[in-house]
Amino acid sequence: MNIAILIKQVPDMERVKFDCERGLVDRSTAGVEINPFDLNALEAGVNIAESKGCESVVLTMGPPRGADSLREGIARGASRGILLSDRAFGGADTKATSKTLAAALKKMGVPEIILVGEKTVDGDTGQVGAEIAEFLGIPHISYIEEILNISENDITVVSNIFDGKFVKKAKFPVLLTVTKDLNVPRLPSFKSKSIARKAEIPTWSLEELSDFIEKEEVGIKGSPTKVRKIVVPKAESRVCKKEKDNIENFLDEMIGDLIEKNVLEG
Amino acid sequence: MINDVKKIVILAEQKKGKIHKVTYELLGKAAELIASFPEGQFEKDVIVLGSDQLNLDEILHHGADKIYHIAANSFDMPDEWLYKENICELLKQIQPEMLLVGATTFGRSLAPRIAAALETGLTADCTELMIDTDGKLIQIRPAFSDNILAHIKTETLPQMATIRYKEFAPAEWTDEVNGEIIKVDAYVKGNELIEILEELEESEFDISDAHIVISAGKGIKSKEDMKMIYELAECLKADVGASRAIVDEGYIDKSHQVGYSGNRVKPSLYIACGVSGAPQHLAGMKESDVIVAINSDASAPIFEVSDYGIVGDVYKVVPMLIERLRSKEI
Ligand SMILES: Cc1cc2nc3c(=O)[nH]c(=O)nc-3n(C[C@H](O)[C@H](O)[C@H](O)COP(=O)(O)OP(=O)(O)OC[C@H]3O[C@@H](n4cnc5c(N)ncnc54)[C@H](O)[C@@H]3O)c2cc1C
Ligand SMILES: Nc1ncnc2c1ncn2[C@@H]1O[C@H](COP(=O)(O)O)[C@@H](O)[C@H]1O
Repeated sequence: MNIAILIKQVPDMERVKFDCERGLVDRSTAGVEINPFDLNALEAGVNIAESKGCESVVLTMGPPRGADSLREGIARGASRGILLSDRAFGGADTKATSKTLAAALKKMGVPEIILVGEKTVDGDTGQVGAEIAEFLGIPHISYIEEILNISENDITVVSNIFDGKFVKKAKFPVLLTVTKDLNVPRLPSFKSKSIARKAEIPTWSLEELSDFIEKEEVGIKGSPTKVRKIVVPKAESRVCKKEKDNIENFLDEMIGDLIEKNVLEG
Repeated sequence: MINDVKKIVILAEQKKGKIHKVTYELLGKAAELIASFPEGQFEKDVIVLGSDQLNLDEILHHGADKIYHIAANSFDMPDEWLYKENICELLKQIQPEMLLVGATTFGRSLAPRIAAALETGLTADCTELMIDTDGKLIQIRPAFSDNILAHIKTETLPQMATIRYKEFAPAEWTDEVNGEIIKVDAYVKGNELIEILEELEESEFDISDAHIVISAGKGIKSKEDMKMIYELAECLKADVGASRAIVDEGYIDKSHQVGYSGNRVKPSLYIACGVSGAPQHLAGMKESDVIVAINSDASAPIFEVSDYGIVGDVYKVVPMLIERLRSKEI
């Protein structure tokens, strides 16, 4: 059995500064990290690989520094990493991203289990997983909260979808989108960190993928959605009536206001 | 096939015969978008998958021109692959200009499969739609924790978007019905690759429709202390919400979490008790009608989005509030 985990390197959103004037994320203000949701996918993949005695490969598409995230993935238990990096891949929307990742998965020989996070904190679409599955012609299961069973040919999971929880069984190969509720990601150990430091990270450019994807299908060229403009919404600042001393009075007045505005009616 | 009329197709979701309400909002928005164009230039159609017995009158009364009903019992289960196969087959005939899908969990999982199958683009989680002078759809979505709004255009057809629930007013119910229901046999009824064994339970608690939300954050120091939050909620017949910080602490179930990775709420009143107001929390509640914040730190960002701010200790203020509400018998 083979397992692939897709991880993306994203700005640390809890620290990133936002330049409201220019409507841009000031990436220099924050470090980068593995997309937090992908750590749950990684943990699931590493767990399965350990229990089945097989390999788990982390894969990312992005600029060369993405190799750091792959090393961190290895430090957190993955067997090896592959970086997809090429100027031609830049500016990709979810379609071009998914196609490129699908091409790499084909080149690897489609793994039995492909794991992705629920969404990225920067792109924030949650589309890439399902699109990859379609490009590979395999089924996918989303919002996985629990893995119930893995057998020779299939996997059974709980998917939180459609206003309920559904037990789904999929034949391999399958792509799984996991939620934060699935597990608690482990921290890198000292030993695995030193293994990760020495790991070779192969980089695949468009050329390496040329049997599986055309150059028109990647990057900006392969992206049908185009951002036409960015608007910074007027900060919806409300005039806050604030009180710190005479709280009792303030509460009475506030309750009065709320009753008057019919806010409290059921 | 003549393709003079441009079609806006809405994918309706139904569970156990109940149509998801976002469908009516999308019909409302579609009607609004079309209004500025000459009559007959656009039509608004709906595709719905479900058993033979589905009653689709409600959709007709909300102004759909055509309803394509793909019928099979297997659509009672959320099988993205099966839905995709059937929808794509039908779309070959309809050839729509635009395909709109509600951003429910199922919609968000299904739409990208359809988009990939059709080799078209897809914009996630839109909060506004416009039609450009060239007749193309402009899809507007928040990005980077709602810091910016991106205007996106798709160059391929159909232009596809998932759209958030509760962004648009639903279409009005009209007595008069001009649309028709077109029944289509399912092209594919079964899926060899995925078996849906059972539904374990309906989603337990859903905060997204709450009328009033009392929300607790890290200012609450233990699970025990949540009692006063529940008490306040009871006084106001409110639901209890939470920041991620206290969900992570295990004070309350994840289904109560408000924010970017939790639920979006839009109640008439939101009372935040000991919540700092991180962007990821604000993303889930800042559109509430009236916001009240109780926080001991006068500089907490939550006050910037609040209408009433009480700078004080939740352990003192919340009981005071409870006492007052009780004495007024609200
Ligand atoms: C990818 C991602 C997704 C996220 N998704 C969400 C999400 O969906 N929802 C969410 O809420 N967060 C989310 N977060 C986390 C978010 O960034 C914050 O960490 C979190 O919202 C903080 O919760 P809090 O306000 O309860 O805690 P804190 O930030 O610790 O704030 C506690 C507040 O309580 C006040 N306080 C303390 N004691 C008292 C007292 N006795 N009386 C009155 N006030 C008191 C303090 O002044 C402080 O302002 C996400 C983060 C990331 C990176
Ligand atoms: N550039 C990328 N490289 C590797 N995996 C990615 C990339 N972009 C997205 N993914 C995967 O797809 C999931 C959903 O991403 P998104 O659709 O951008 O929200 C992420 O959680 C990752 O697992």
